Amino acid sequence: MIHDSYSDAYIRGILNTVKTIAMVGISPKDNRPSYFAFKYLLERGYNMVPVNPGQAGKEILGRKVYARLADVPEPIDMVDVFRGAQYAPQIVAEALALTPRPQVIWMQLGVRNDEAAAAAEAGGLKVVMNRCPKIEYGRLSSEIGWMGVNSRTLTAKRAQVLGRGVQRMSLARPTLAGGATVDSAPAKSEA
Amino acid sequence: MTERTPGFATLAVHAGAQPDPTTGARATPIYQTTSFVFDDVDHAASLFGLQTFGNIYTRIGNPTNAVLEERVAALEGGTAGLAVASGHAAQVLAMHVLMRPGDEFVASKKLYGGSINQFNHSFKNFGWNVVWADPDDIGTFERGITPKTKAVFIESIANPGGVITDIEAIAAVAKRAGVPLIVDNTLATPYLCKPIEHGADIVVHSLTKFLGGHGNSIGGLIVDGGTFNWSREGRYPMLSQPRPEYNGIVLHETFGNFAFAIACRVLSLRDMGPALSPFNAFLILTGIETLPLRMARHCENTQAVAEWLAKHRKVAWVSYPGLPGDRYHNLAKKYAPNGAGAVFTFGLKGGYDTGVKLVSNVKLFSHLANIGDTRSLIIHPASTTHKQLSDEQKVQAGAGPDVVRVSIGIEDKADIIADLNQALEAA
Repeated sequence: MIHDSYSDAYIRGILNTVKTIAMVGISPKDNRPSYFAFKYLLERGYNMVPVNPGQAGKEILGRKVYARLADVPEPIDMVDVFRGAQYAPQIVAEALALTPRPQVIWMQLGVRNDEAAAAAEAGGLKVVMNRCPKIEYGRLSSEIGWMGVNSRTLTAKRAQVLGRGVQRMSLARPTLAGGATVDSAPAKSEA
Repeated sequence: MTERTPGFATLAVHAGAQPDPTTGARATPIYQTTSFVFDDVDHAASLFGLQTFGNIYTRIGNPTNAVLEERVAALEGGTAGLAVASGHAAQVLAMHVLMRPGDEFVASKKLYGGSINQFNHSFKNFGWNVVWADPDDIGTFERGITPKTKAVFIESIANPGGVITDIEAIAAVAKRAGVPLIVDNTLATPYLCKPIEHGADIVVHSLTKFLGGHGNSIGGLIVDGGTFNWSREGRYPMLSQPRPEYNGIVLHETFGNFAFAIACRVLSLRDMGPALSPFNAFLILTGIETLPLRMARHCENTQAVAEWLAKHRKVAWVSYPGLPGDRYHNLAKKYAPNGAGAVFTFGLKGGYDTGVKLVSNVKLFSHLANIGDTRSLIIHPASTTHKQLSDEQKVQAGAGPDVVRVSIGIEDKADIIADLNQALEAA
């Protein structure tokens, strides 16, 4: 699969399917992008699992932190890689060793490692690189439009309220694709 | 299945808008409210901390305004937009993110007169120093760059019309200097020219003109091209350094390629305050739906009027890049191939007195100081907007005693020409 761009259908399919997301490299600091994304996805109903060896045993946003993917005591649907690209092969190897295997490896905005992606795909996993699931959720649900961001989606269908408050929208929003998502400027990934 | 990329006219009608999630209203509702309730305390904290997307207070964002922001960002091919109270406000807010006291920016000296005033006087009170350059001599931009330069500013089609700027050549200068290129795209609109495709990093608009198009609302907008790397050299601390106003978050690493638009919203608009009324946003959005139809008609009429004036015995010269032989004709073919806009100037052989008589004699044209209306507009700058200048200054500003500026509307072109004809004959 070519990873320069992704169709909206591909991204929407992933975000509509996965329920448990392990975020590797989450920061406990509440001003870091990883903390933002974790909190946002938690509020949108995903079962978020923090993974960070330096924080193992502590809690982030009320969720117990694990040192490694192998320590997580429940099946993981998606691994969100919030580490530098050089760490991606090791994280993919750990994901492939899990039983059951996750369905998706998602590398954050600014993180791309084609070798790790190929290994994950060879193991039957779907891969997304250099994207943020928070931004993609906001784009496809139309929430991100509240910030004036170009969602690159069009629709004549009513957006659906998620049901957990008035300012949360669901992904059940059929769109005429506004075009594939394009590369974003590199934002630094978490160390 | 491949996904379609919608065309310009489709974006003009739909981008950013969708049926209202709770009522099903198909037109974009006017959310005429100052504030929005929070789901709970935690939701409020997430909103104030920029951790989630949503609405707090109309000075910072409003759902009607947001549709307008996404609409114009989509039409320009940018990543995000920010709607504000006027085109002037858009320029202040964009510069506020980039400049610190003592910094400089290089600007084309062929700009809307209001921008020249703003840069020469008000900006200097902030310690933001303009260095003027000549768009007809790209070397002046190159020579204007210093270690203090933080931006380059030009207009795509310059008001009072007739000047097409070589955007790609100036974008190359800005790129070599490592600073963003800001393009005021008011006169062209994205229907005629998309500056981001030619190397612009930021686009600013007066929505008051052709985008709104009906002469009923003042508004401005900033578009983030998503093209500039704000963190590379640490020259833009509003974007690349932890922000004390927001608990130490770094906007560029948090918001990636739409960080500039977010910075304009959460640092400039929040603190300086020129918010756009949702009612104005609604009127401007309604205008944008017909932008492609109007601009095509504006340009068709303008071409006909310019050709007719060029042959009139009382007219000394016509400055419209749509005319073959005009000094900007080749640049117009490159940057605005679908029409050179609807604003231009011409000179009267009879000078000042003939100009005064012409604007008094017209019956269809409105004598006023705006452009970009459905109605045809006319002004004689030497006796109105530029009256306070010396004769020498008037000529330098392109407002000599013989100069008349017109903004051609979307009426029947035969009626527009007939009105100019009767007014010229009697002048």
